[in-house]
Amino acid sequence: MSAAAPPLQLFLASDFAAPEAPEQRLSLPNDADPANLNLQGIGVVELHFTRFTDGRAFSQAFLLRRRLGFAGTLRATGDVLLDQLLQMQRCGFTEAVLRADQSLAQARQLLTHYPAFYQLDAWSGTTRRQA
Amino acid sequence: MYRYSEFDSRFVRLRAQQFRDQLERWQAGELSEEAFKPLRLQNGWYVQRFAPMLRVAVPYGVISAAQLRVLATVARDYDHKEDHDTSQAQAGLSEVPTLPDRCAHFTTRQNVQFNWIPLQRAADVMDLLASVGLHGIQTSGNCIRNTTTDALAGIAVDEVADPRPFAEILRQWSTLHPEFAFLPRKFKVAITGAREDRAATPWHDVGLRLLRDAEGELGFEVRVGGGMGRTPLIGRVVRSFLPWHQLLNYLEAIVRAYNRFGRRDNIYKARIKILVKAEGQNFVDAVEEEYHGIVHTDGAPHTITEAQLAAMQAHFVPPELRCDRKSADEKVAHILAAATADDREFSRWLERNVAPHQNPDLRAVTLSFKRPGQAPGDATAEQLERAAELAERYSAGELRVTHEQNLLLPWVRCDALPELWRDARRLGLARPNIGLLTDMIACPGGDFCDLANARSLPLAQALLQRYTDLDELHDIGPVDLHISGCINSCGHHHSGHIGILGVDKDGQEWYQVTLGGSDGSQASGDAVPGRVIGRSFAASEVPDVIEALLHTYRLQRQPGESFLATLRRTGAEPYRDAADAVRTQTSEGVDA
Repeated sequence: MSAAAPPLQLFLASDFAAPEAPEQRLSLPNDADPANLNLQGIGVVELHFTRFTDGRAFSQAFLLRRRLGFAGTLRATGDVLLDQLLQMQRCGFTEAVLRADQSLAQARQLLTHYPAFYQLDAWSGTTRRQA
Repeated sequence: MYRYSEFDSRFVRLRAQQFRDQLERWQAGELSEEAFKPLRLQNGWYVQRFAPMLRVAVPYGVISAAQLRVLATVARDYDHKEDHDTSQAQAGLSEVPTLPDRCAHFTTRQNVQFNWIPLQRAADVMDLLASVGLHGIQTSGNCIRNTTTDALAGIAVDEVADPRPFAEILRQWSTLHPEFAFLPRKFKVAITGAREDRAATPWHDVGLRLLRDAEGELGFEVRVGGGMGRTPLIGRVVRSFLPWHQLLNYLEAIVRAYNRFGRRDNIYKARIKILVKAEGQNFVDAVEEEYHGIVHTDGAPHTITEAQLAAMQAHFVPPELRCDRKSADEKVAHILAAATADDREFSRWLERNVAPHQNPDLRAVTLSFKRPGQAPGDATAEQLERAAELAERYSAGELRVTHEQNLLLPWVRCDALPELWRDARRLGLARPNIGLLTDMIACPGGDFCDLANARSLPLAQALLQRYTDLDELHDIGPVDLHISGCINSCGHHHSGHIGILGVDKDGQEWYQVTLGGSDGSQASGDAVPGRVIGRSFAASEVPDVIEALLHTYRLQRQPGESFLATLRRTGAEPYRDAADAVRTQTSEGVDA
């Protein structure tokens, strides 16, 4: 299995105020190519889920974390629901701003459900292939 | 077959627990219908006309006798029609009492479906399945689905290399892949290791064919962008030789390109085939660029090592089986001589249902689930249990679900063939019709499916009843007859030599007939969709149309010439004329 991903910080959209200065933050639309970004001075990249079923931000997160080695905060915003948090964490997100109707307590519980997975995540360099 | 480690078993149990929690939150109103839908789909729960449908994954079609017994329990204890309010049945479809329940259905993608399990009992069923390592992970939804392969994988005499270790590597890689759970649309991979393509690989989102290059190195021909539905397309070869150890690095590139660039604005244009067709070489370039990044910047993290492949191959060591071929020949001869009435049937069974094996002492035997009185690919609880017994007695406890919706016993000693034949015949599973007209593929159709425009099952039944004469069936020879209840093409009508497609007009059921399709096998030629012959037919006309087509073939054929070869030589015109001649309801310019 892959090495444990860093914890995912959870917030509710209704309570959330971004702590960073706006000029340190980059908010990307789902069709943006991470390869073309200038990440100089950027501490936070926000990837917005317009709908939770639109999975493009997962690939963007993977590319930012693994391909480009982005070490700052990767924040999920928009239609962020409990049952996709584990996926977000494994794709390289470090913050999730949940839709206001979601439960933070449940979210924390769901993140611990699986002790390990089959494939690499965006964080790790080794894989456990069952054999 | 692959033996689950504690990690695998626990993973499946955790998945069942996770689904129970999701189901309970949905039942409590904490999880909205919209938020629950993709979760249930990715556990195999799909909503149909009367009840949910459960699709259980059978990874690359390999299933144990113990697993088959649990499927029998699910069929017997949970698949109950009377648990549902069926009073809202739509007019024009079959009477509810005629619909089968307490049974499992084998699908073209080597999975198993149930049609009558209430959602309230879903979590219990998933726990039961998990007890033998079964699950519904990614059998529906917009994700990477179960990888399918040749039912003869690992035993076929024309095999270049065994695809099962790679299929298992793909299973593990794709299971709960965090990046690829919300693709634009479903994503199906098929892999074959043989020279003959028995897995319809060109018709898949990704089709993989194992081959060796001039230096003898093993690799894959990679096709992308095949698919059926309203836009039937054959996969384009994007790599004529991909070294085997790069398989996952390359697949990640393909699926990432699809996830990023596939259309999400229109469900009918969301499959990767549309992207490949629209972008052509640009798509191939994007995949190659992404692959380059994975290999050179990411450090090729998914490279399969020799040691990993060897460890995986060790799971697929054939069972130790031998037999005395001389005594086998004597037994077969004895059986042939013993009963005059039976011998033709036994020799036909040997010809149609028994395939040669890499181990000359062994044979692969197909149990036919195509017979009058039951839907194609349906098996009752009793039949599943009896099939499990046959697998234990004759096939090292292993079976395969075939693309053609039958079960195959992969490890049968040749000296056991006479006994197996008698046992299978007693169970009604020895019909010697494999590859013949009545070995048809059919989807559940309008009787169960909400998407269907027309029924498949009554049509399949009419044809199964009409063609019971084995002399006639064998005289007609190999014909791929594929029936889909709608353009979503679950019954693969596009690839049938004869395809039947249910269409809807003014709320009535009509059927288009196509001719000349191919799944890409050597006998059928390059994969190609069939072509429609004329206007749609009424349901009552279709059996006569099939008969007219087959009659035309028998008039036109040259000695030894198959249906498809004859059709290709003469063209469709005589067939179209013959079909038009039997129109009754649609003859008077009733435009369907």
